[in-house]
Amino acid sequence: MRFELTPRASVSPVVRALAPVAAFITAFLIAGLVIWLMGRSPVAAFQVYVSQPLSDPWALQELLVKATPLALIAIGLAYCFRANFWNIGAEGQYVVGAVLGSWLALKTHGTEAGFWVLPVMLLLGILGGALYGLIPAFLKTRFGVNEILTSLMLVYVAQLTLDYLVRGPWRDPKGFNFPQSVTFDPSATLPPVLEAGRVHYGAVFAAVAVLVTAVVLGRTLFGYRLRLTGDAPRAARFAGFSTKATTLAVFAISGGLAGLAGIAEVSGQIGQLQPSISPGYGFTAITVAFLGRLNPIGILVAALVVALTFIGGESAQIMLKLPLDLTQAFQGILLLCVLAADALVSYRVRLISRGVAK
Amino acid sequence: MTTFEAILLTIVTASTPLLIAAMGELVTERSGVLNLGVEGMMAMGAACSFAAAVTFDSTLLGVAAGILAGALMSALFALVVLGFAANQVGSGLALTILGLGLAGLIGAPFVGSRRDPIAVVDVPGLSDMPLIGRLFFEQDLFVYGSIALTVLVAFYLTRTRSGLMLRSVGENHTSAHGLGLPVWRIRFLAILFGGACSGLAGAYLALVYTRFWSPGMTAGRGWIALALVVFAAWRPGWALVGAYIFGAATVLQLHAQAAQFGVPSQVLSAVPYLATILALLALSIRRGRAIGAPGSLGMPFVPDR
Repeated sequence: MRFELTPRASVSPVVRALAPVAAFITAFLIAGLVIWLMGRSPVAAFQVYVSQPLSDPWALQELLVKATPLALIAIGLAYCFRANFWNIGAEGQYVVGAVLGSWLALKTHGTEAGFWVLPVMLLLGILGGALYGLIPAFLKTRFGVNEILTSLMLVYVAQLTLDYLVRGPWRDPKGFNFPQSVTFDPSATLPPVLEAGRVHYGAVFAAVAVLVTAVVLGRTLFGYRLRLTGDAPRAARFAGFSTKATTLAVFAISGGLAGLAGIAEVSGQIGQLQPSISPGYGFTAITVAFLGRLNPIGILVAALVVALTFIGGESAQIMLKLPLDLTQAFQGILLLCVLAADALVSYRVRLISRGVAK
Repeated sequence: MTTFEAILLTIVTASTPLLIAAMGELVTERSGVLNLGVEGMMAMGAACSFAAAVTFDSTLLGVAAGILAGALMSALFALVVLGFAANQVGSGLALTILGLGLAGLIGAPFVGSRRDPIAVVDVPGLSDMPLIGRLFFEQDLFVYGSIALTVLVAFYLTRTRSGLMLRSVGENHTSAHGLGLPVWRIRFLAILFGGACSGLAGAYLALVYTRFWSPGMTAGRGWIALALVVFAAWRPGWALVGAYIFGAATVLQLHAQAAQFGVPSQVLSAVPYLATILALLALSIRRGRAIGAPGSLGMPFVPDR
């Protein structure tokens, strides 16, 4: 028994766009099966995961809050993945961005520092993420070290650094020994977009990133260069595009956006540093990037869809006692389905039993 | 037993799961497939083995369940990357995410349970040798098994016809296909072997190393095993050396934490990860670009008939 793959001559853009939708439905059915196997009702789970968040205005805001870091990080990853470079350390770049930006917030805490604090914090966040992202890129371009493993290892290092800071030098002295920093001053807090709303300006940054990226990837030489480097690296070199420069650029961009996501989350949502500032946004963003077919608009939609699973996961934990790990497992299944669907669109797959003549 | 001996013994225990997982991934990668799902398969191996061992009160059944879980996860990976020719890096990541999530689900009811230590096998006579006696001849069966596995894999890859076929599929799948080698089947079996090894490594972690289950207990060991394969330049012997170096780094940082040198514990906890980066860096500087990597590694295979 074996599979036979025949490349399809042409694929309509509609089919390509629908492939992630089909993948999502498939992943949903599989997850339903898992829930049923666990002896729970898939219908009740569907209600908690999908229907309730979408019918509740508070949950809709929460959806935007959760989709913000996912979209920001995934947009950055799209630059990397289009050029076929594997930055899987966005989680670490997110943390370093948050740490470097928060450094200023803590330095200026309690002083009369003015309006400049917040913008500089955001810039430091971008800088921190970009520099941290450049480490694996530099090791790759200068020494040929595989970027997958180094970027991933640096995630652990970043998390341990954050852990050290909030338990040690940056711990709030009046915080009853809890491992957390002081609460940021208003001048260091990213304000909500609407008065008394939950959605902070990070959502605006994400929207801007989507628009800018749509133009850059679709309408500029740089966007073409990334596609060419990804699809035909030799052709890109003959065209005079330096692979090294491309590598450094995409890692800096994706690291910077992840860092921005990190500092926006800390200053706009959490309001202080804690040992854990992400439920795995950096890793989930990989799923988001592929679910959105590495297309900025697609990524925006995908971020909203995947954010739904985060919120659904949290309420399912409370209401149905379904563990949060289910959400993670679902995200893994989803990514597998998306990648398989991509291949199914490009190839016609037939299952052939052995012995049948070719 | 002196403290020094005790430390050496724990190094062996810490190195064994790394070695087993690295050996599986090495065979998979030699066939030209990059499976980044080691961490997820290992977590599944740990959760399933522990669940089975506690439920049936049998270490043997636990180990079998761990191996089976790893192999099943890798079969899913094989379906996607071989059957559908999907992107291997992405699929491997997905497998890790899925494995960590599923392992959490399976392991949740068993948080707080403990298993008794498994028996060590004493090689009569040899274990009485000073220092190295206890270190090499009074270990559990897995330790002996992992060494035997290394020797067998090395022998298989370099001295058997089937091993030669596997390597040629990994070096150039188009030529291998042209010569009539069953690329698909060889890769499928290599992926299954890798998954079974990862599952076994996870079982060792849960049943011997910690003897309890906790979420996230693999703590990046799957990724370190992946790095070991690169570090070893895809050679079994070097993977053995590398596994023991990393095992030593892990254990020594734990002892350094206990000794309280005034260095923050987080700095010491970061040592294995930083060591991995430095090892990969040192290797690349010495050997140049990715020498030793199988030629078709990570590339999807779609034959033109």
